[in-house]
Amino acid sequence: MIRFILTRLSLLIPTFIGITLVAFFLIRLVPGDPIETMAGERGIDPARHEQLKKDFGFDQPLLVQYGIYISRVLQGDLGKSIVTRESVLTEFQSLFPATVELGVCAILFALLLGIPAGILAATRRNSIFDHGVMGLSLTGYSMPIFWWGLILILLFSVQLGLTPVSGRIDVLYYIEPVTGFLLIDSLLSEDEGAFLSAFEHLILPTIVLGTVPLAVIARMTRSAMLEVLGEDYIRTAKAKGLSRFRVIALHALRNAMIPVVTVIGLQVGVLFTGAILTETIFSWPGIGKWLIEAIFRRDYPVLQGGLLLVGAIVMSVNLLVDLTYGLINPRIRHTR
Amino acid sequence: MTTETMEAPAVAAPTATPPHPLREFWGYFSANRGAVAGLFVIVGVVLIALLADVVAPHSPYITDTTIALKPPFWQEGGSIAYPLGTDPIGRDMLSRLIYGARLSLLIGIVVVMVSIVVGTILGLIAGYVRGVTEIAIMRLMDIILTLPSLLLAIVIVAILGPGLMNSMMAVALVILPHYVRLARAAVITEVSKDYVMAARVSGAGPLRLMFKEVLPNCTAPLIVQASLGISTAILDAAALGFLGLGAQPPSPEWGTMLADAREFVLRAWWVVTFPGLAILITVLAFNLLGDGLRDAFDPKLKRS
Amino acid sequence: MKKSALFAAICVPAFLAAAPLAAKTLVYCSEGSPENFYPGINTTGTSFDVNEHIYDNIVDFERGGTKVVPGLAEKWDISADGTVYTFHIRKNAKFHSNKGFKPTRNVNADDIVFMFERQWKEENPYFKVTSPNHSYFTDMGMPKLLKSVEKVDDYTVKITINQPEAPFLANLAMQWAGVQSKEYADAMLKAGTPEKVDQDPIGSGPFFLVQYQKDAIVRFKAFPEYWGGKAKIDDLVFAITPDASVRWAKLQKGECHVMPYPNPADLEAIKKDTNVTLMEQPGLNVGYLAYNTTKKPFDDVRVRKALNMAIDKKALVKAIYLDSGVPATNPIPPTMWSYNKSIKDDEYNPEAAKKLLAEAGYPNGLETDLWAMPVQRPYNPNGKRMAELMQADLAKVGVKAEIKSYEWGEYRKRAQAGEHQTVQLGWTGDNGDPDNFLHTLLGCASAQSASGSNVAKFCYKPFDDLVTKAKVVTDQAERTKLYEQAQVIFKEQAPWFTVAHAVQLKPVRKEVVDFKLSPFGRHTFYGVDIKGK
Repeated sequence: MIRFILTRLSLLIPTFIGITLVAFFLIRLVPGDPIETMAGERGIDPARHEQLKKDFGFDQPLLVQYGIYISRVLQGDLGKSIVTRESVLTEFQSLFPATVELGVCAILFALLLGIPAGILAATRRNSIFDHGVMGLSLTGYSMPIFWWGLILILLFSVQLGLTPVSGRIDVLYYIEPVTGFLLIDSLLSEDEGAFLSAFEHLILPTIVLGTVPLAVIARMTRSAMLEVLGEDYIRTAKAKGLSRFRVIALHALRNAMIPVVTVIGLQVGVLFTGAILTETIFSWPGIGKWLIEAIFRRDYPVLQGGLLLVGAIVMSVNLLVDLTYGLINPRIRHTR
Repeated sequence: MTTETMEAPAVAAPTATPPHPLREFWGYFSANRGAVAGLFVIVGVVLIALLADVVAPHSPYITDTTIALKPPFWQEGGSIAYPLGTDPIGRDMLSRLIYGARLSLLIGIVVVMVSIVVGTILGLIAGYVRGVTEIAIMRLMDIILTLPSLLLAIVIVAILGPGLMNSMMAVALVILPHYVRLARAAVITEVSKDYVMAARVSGAGPLRLMFKEVLPNCTAPLIVQASLGISTAILDAAALGFLGLGAQPPSPEWGTMLADAREFVLRAWWVVTFPGLAILITVLAFNLLGDGLRDAFDPKLKRS
Repeated sequence: MKKSALFAAICVPAFLAAAPLAAKTLVYCSEGSPENFYPGINTTGTSFDVNEHIYDNIVDFERGGTKVVPGLAEKWDISADGTVYTFHIRKNAKFHSNKGFKPTRNVNADDIVFMFERQWKEENPYFKVTSPNHSYFTDMGMPKLLKSVEKVDDYTVKITINQPEAPFLANLAMQWAGVQSKEYADAMLKAGTPEKVDQDPIGSGPFFLVQYQKDAIVRFKAFPEYWGGKAKIDDLVFAITPDASVRWAKLQKGECHVMPYPNPADLEAIKKDTNVTLMEQPGLNVGYLAYNTTKKPFDDVRVRKALNMAIDKKALVKAIYLDSGVPATNPIPPTMWSYNKSIKDDEYNPEAAKKLLAEAGYPNGLETDLWAMPVQRPYNPNGKRMAELMQADLAKVGVKAEIKSYEWGEYRKRAQAGEHQTVQLGWTGDNGDPDNFLHTLLGCASAQSASGSNVAKFCYKPFDDLVTKAKVVTDQAERTKLYEQAQVIFKEQAPWFTVAHAVQLKPVRKEVVDFKLSPFGRHTFYGVDIKGK
């Protein structure tokens, strides 16, 4: 087992180094000059431009810049944003909880709807319900979520006035940030209104971000269940006269969940992609929006640091999934 | 966005021969009503795209500010001359959507072609040469897969500059790893099989071996992946367009149309609703087709 | 960040603040996050709006006007030759406090001197803290202008400048000269955390910062001990809402009270809403399409004139700006002094345009590029759409225009280098002087400099002579004449297709009392009250 973990880890190192290379050099290829971008209509005088280049270290040869960058990263210093002059790590920490809160809610939403739907579809194979679930899930999977978000806002916020248009919480509530997760913080503050407000603000973004994972999880659960239900031990269990519910809940479900867990792990990368679009539509103050803005402003340090951190997170989650998978299913270990 | 890969079988298993394989294939395929519907929609979209000059009632580019933001014909103030209304600078929505079909199909096909060709070559090399080359290629693919696809695509578009061509290249790159992995896995399994061994013993060179023996045997999963890939490509390119990085106005690309009209969302629902609907329907059709193809190629899987 | 300070502030007065709704809260839906809390390096209006409430200046602009009024300086004397300014600092201006720092003294001369030296003297320990790029200080020519800044006594500061400069006082009222606490700076330097000064700001302004969450919220509370008296509202909240339509939706629902930069598409609905007043004021700006006068075919004035006649300006402005812009004839806005009313705009006449093109040797039309602004500005709300409409109009006279765009920094740099044939750009003035438009945007000096703003590369001697002369003359009547003449030449030579002047529009809810539009486009909430609740 330890060997398995070590091999997995050793595979990660080159990938991570690769990401630092990609993050660093790819971004240098982007045409445009952060100093010019900052200057706006007024332009900047060449002497000061040179001075700033020096101050930001852009005058060094690229390889030297990369070396300096890596040595700082190893010390946990990701640099400072060119625009705000705030440390990249601090900015990340202040925005990350918003993305996590949204992501977790989206996954929960997908699980809570997707697993039951998948199971029911599997147990009632070829029924209208099954066709309905499969059809809807394929539609969800094909959804351009940036459009989906706009349509939901149009319908629920503008037409019906049921949900807020954007943001995380009504600005009238002042919540002492403890965890950064507003649902939790508002509960801690014991202000019922604040909690409700935070909850209301989460509804539409959660649905938008959760749509694709929901579709994938429903499909995956259904096909995993079908496979398990066809296995011998299930037939045996049925033959033994166990109730249908017991068979499904105790035996089949547990085994069917293995691929589903994997899929959830794989959805993390997809979630980030979705988060970029969802956060843009709902003005959600999270990582996705932060990175998009960094690209438009040519804020190299933020973009580098952001890519690195996001890469690291996706890698860690994948590793975690791999390891759990390896634990559940020992066969995997040897084939790698 | 292609978690669908998971479900794609690594290699199609050739089953017993009796009926003609194509007929057998059609038998399985036509039994899947969803897939047939998808096929019909796609044929329809292709026809519309090809005949755009004939079917579109107006030019997609001619502006006329006197008729800006006309609603669809069934709403008050709309007219049948502009069945789906007009956009903020008075262009006919329907005509733009029709011409947009050309772009979306073009995007889907070009992107998938590029990534299939490049991906298969890289995958074949990785699977056949092994060693350092394989490690290098596969690590690179891992990196691409680790970074969120849209983010990577955005960075690439930022490098190349916004535009239709560049966004296609960016999307092709981010979906590349799926094809590389598929091709490599196929090569590794196929190479160990007897017929390849036999060919090798009889003196076939590596190139001949790969293209004559190995490649034909992994076309089925590639076709399935390609059909699903087209839908991913259309979606991703539209997302880039939505962020203002894809095709540039006045091009009637659907995602770009959506972004361009976004500020009118509160005032004119049709300018955002129809382009999105067009994307959804087209993508859904390709996904249905892909599903159907997979089941038909691999009847064994259909059981589950 | 600043949460604990606030917490203490709220909790100590016996839980009075437990019901926040009882307090008078004004919510402003701002368009973006501030860069940081150091006014000396800020360049965006978004940051100015935030820091304006936290910091005080030596002198201020009158609210809603351009007149300079006392700020931290109660009064000042100017020497007869105009080179020595003596400021008398008021004794009752107090600094805010936060959890890391409690001020022991009021604002005094040390703080004023610190404000200058931090941006001026490289040896100042704070010169490089946060950023050494003190943009405005440099842009206003301060390093060359300032001779010395001395503390005479605790409440008197003497500033000597190298030559007389009429707008000097007005320049000191701009945001870059916000006064920070020297005592706080020293304490943080000692603690080894100098950057705290710009992250957890302490000023002497009417509001103190309570909370800042990037991309979400900036929360202030009224500073009870403000020298000008406590603000009429208790809480001031900036709800950061980048999307204009969303801002409007929030204003409509009463989730915010004031919003900047409405979406032109929403104006109709805004005007209809009975709970909202739409305040408007012509802005000090212009949006234009510049022809590269050094490149073929635009080195020929006939081609430039022809294009000016080929574009239907009225329709263009109506479609792009809707009600938020007026078609522009001259390069300076009509509200600016010396605006020449007698000039007639080129009429829209495609036939005449074709003829003129043929005369210039292009009977079959020509091809050109057309650069579209990649960013949204009040003077150009949608560069791409504007380009599309221009393209369509030009096609009608046989001019094939290819739309191009680059990332914003890149766009401007390339335009300044003259890579374009035609380029969209615009300008917002900040001191209200025609020189700021006519000389800066169209003078020879600016055409020749690599960082100059003259993207038409227009260097025409008769014009340049006029605007250079107007720069040194002091008599306003004479200057007016010179500028009026310059505008006539501008129209004849047509280096630009002048598009529009944007109107500053602010939807404000009816319960807001006494909000005033700033000619500089700022948003100031000291002095504003809110009814009801």
